[in-house]
Amino acid sequence: MEKEYWRWPESRWTSSDIDWKTGDIISAGVDVGSVSSQAVVLVDGELFCYSNYRTGSDSPESAQKVMDKALEETDLTLEKIHHTVGTGYGRVNVPFANRAITEIACHARGANFMYGPSVRTILDMGGQDCKAIHCDEKGKVTNFLMNDKCAAGTGRGMEVFADLLSIPIEEMGKLSFKVEKEPEPVSSTCVIFAKSEAVGLLRKGWPKEKVLAAYSSAMAHRVVELLERIKVEKDFAVTGGIAKNEGVVKRIESELKIEALEPQHDTQIAGALGAALFAKALVEKERGLR
Amino acid sequence: MTVVGIDCGAKNVKALILEEDKILAKSSVLSGFDQKAAAQEALDLVLKDASLKKEDLAHITATGTGKEEVGFSLGTITEVGANAKAINSLFPSVRTVIDVGAEEGRAIKINDKGKVIDFAINEKCAAGAGTFTETMARALEIKLEEMGSLSLKSQKAVPMNAQCAVFAESEVVSLIHAKHAKEDIVRAVHDAIADRIASMVRKIGIEKDVALVGGVARNIGFVDSLKRDLNLDLLIPDDPEFSCALGAAFAAAEKAKGG
Amino acid sequence: MLAHYGYKDGSGDYFIVIDTDKCDGCGECVTACPYGVLEVGEDENDPFREEPVAKVTEDHRKKIKYSCAPCKPTSGKKPLPCVQACSPDAISHSW
Repeated sequence: MEKEYWRWPESRWTSSDIDWKTGDIISAGVDVGSVSSQAVVLVDGELFCYSNYRTGSDSPESAQKVMDKALEETDLTLEKIHHTVGTGYGRVNVPFANRAITEIACHARGANFMYGPSVRTILDMGGQDCKAIHCDEKGKVTNFLMNDKCAAGTGRGMEVFADLLSIPIEEMGKLSFKVEKEPEPVSSTCVIFAKSEAVGLLRKGWPKEKVLAAYSSAMAHRVVELLERIKVEKDFAVTGGIAKNEGVVKRIESELKIEALEPQHDTQIAGALGAALFAKALVEKERGLR
Repeated sequence: MTVVGIDCGAKNVKALILEEDKILAKSSVLSGFDQKAAAQEALDLVLKDASLKKEDLAHITATGTGKEEVGFSLGTITEVGANAKAINSLFPSVRTVIDVGAEEGRAIKINDKGKVIDFAINEKCAAGAGTFTETMARALEIKLEEMGSLSLKSQKAVPMNAQCAVFAESEVVSLIHAKHAKEDIVRAVHDAIADRIASMVRKIGIEKDVALVGGVARNIGFVDSLKRDLNLDLLIPDDPEFSCALGAAFAAAEKAKGG
Repeated sequence: MLAHYGYKDGSGDYFIVIDTDKCDGCGECVTACPYGVLEVGEDENDPFREEPVAKVTEDHRKKIKYSCAPCKPTSGKKPLPCVQACSPDAISHSW
């Protein structure tokens, strides 16, 4: 079988010091993205467990699978969860969800929890979209844009280059710095045109690392332009799959002259985490607590 | 008087020799990754074909996205200007010219003298030009030349949502997996690109007659979709991809006459 | 909240911006738009907002460059119907 250079490592995590049985509100969030899906379970608003898996061709099945994975190494079961919110591209296809909320709202809420209330600007680079969100100290969205029309600046753009250059996706960040001097960025924004530009550079004898550096900085530049539309304000956090690509993140930081906050958990869970927080708030509302 | 018009396009370099009003020879060479070399090759080919030498030429005018790469040209003209000249000579009744090339689409409004009144361009996004169809042909594992006739066999297009060539590639693959007929997918591809071209044309206001030029005009499936979208007939020259080169040759002739 | 609907691609930036704090959900823009680009409904990005709000329909979000093209001729530009219809001044276009 042909090597799949785009394939990224899946993950799951359980807290070592929370006993769900003592919890009052158990809430969950499931983010079914176009490429990856995540499930997060909170016990009284504290992170209990999560998982991050590749989305299959069937959204309801992927939602079920990622939830099963999150609960896998715990003795918690789905029936014990009080409220579940679905989010992401497949949010209306989560069979066991009580409600669907957009990934914009969920990402802001999740990042507010993951990175703290000082976060004002969130960049989420997903598999097939790119979101720029500005939020207040409560994690409420104040300004946003989402680009899911064009592949440039999304994980898909990087996947195209992983395949073209035969570099595994998780090594792309590191390799993009193996250049003596930062090359001029690829001039085309469009991934199709950027790819043919890259083929031309390879024919000219450019090493793959140099081509990768040129593409990474073009991608960073494009994302910065999107961010500037919603105005960048400190603190700044990067979530989503490409947050794991230091080649893009470091170049964004240097162009913005702002450092992104260090993530403490898998950067891909922000959406599902926000959904779980909304689920908790909805239970509280139901119980007349807020 | 003999002149050359050369159109250095994103995909092909086209060269054409004009003697007074007669076309002596034409050539088309893949641009590849060295437009400069391709332009030289295209020139050598037409000269050989017409049994002429470079010294016999009164003037050479270049056009196309790579016009500055043509080392031997004596002048340049924009693609918009070149098309206006060519179409005004071929079809004097035309007021709207649509040019769809590999990487760019253009809509040009001209008057009865071939003067450009207004124009709009789709560029820098593969979804708005011929590259879109080519990328989809690859995803469908069909030859580009077969797309047109296959499209005409379709009774109904399947809905297609992606507006980006990269995302459309995966959408096409999932449509194949969902067992949709290839001709219906191809028709959807042509309808999608025609829709984008048509809305660009509407920006300048459509005035009849309307001509279609550029390499993509060879694709009968696209032509059919565009006619349906605009709800009017399109005049297409015999060699639609040479329209720009012909216009450049006219410009060269004017220059040589001291115009 | 400033809601940016639309996209940026190689050819440019195409966003319709709706200021949801100014928007009162009156729906005048929906009637004014000749191409069905706008709608009024629940604020998908603010789960706790009760009042309806204007937004760009899902169908048009990825192609507003084309959907809005007829209102933006290359010459003889006129005021945009949606922007003109909005009395609280909540709608703007980026291009």
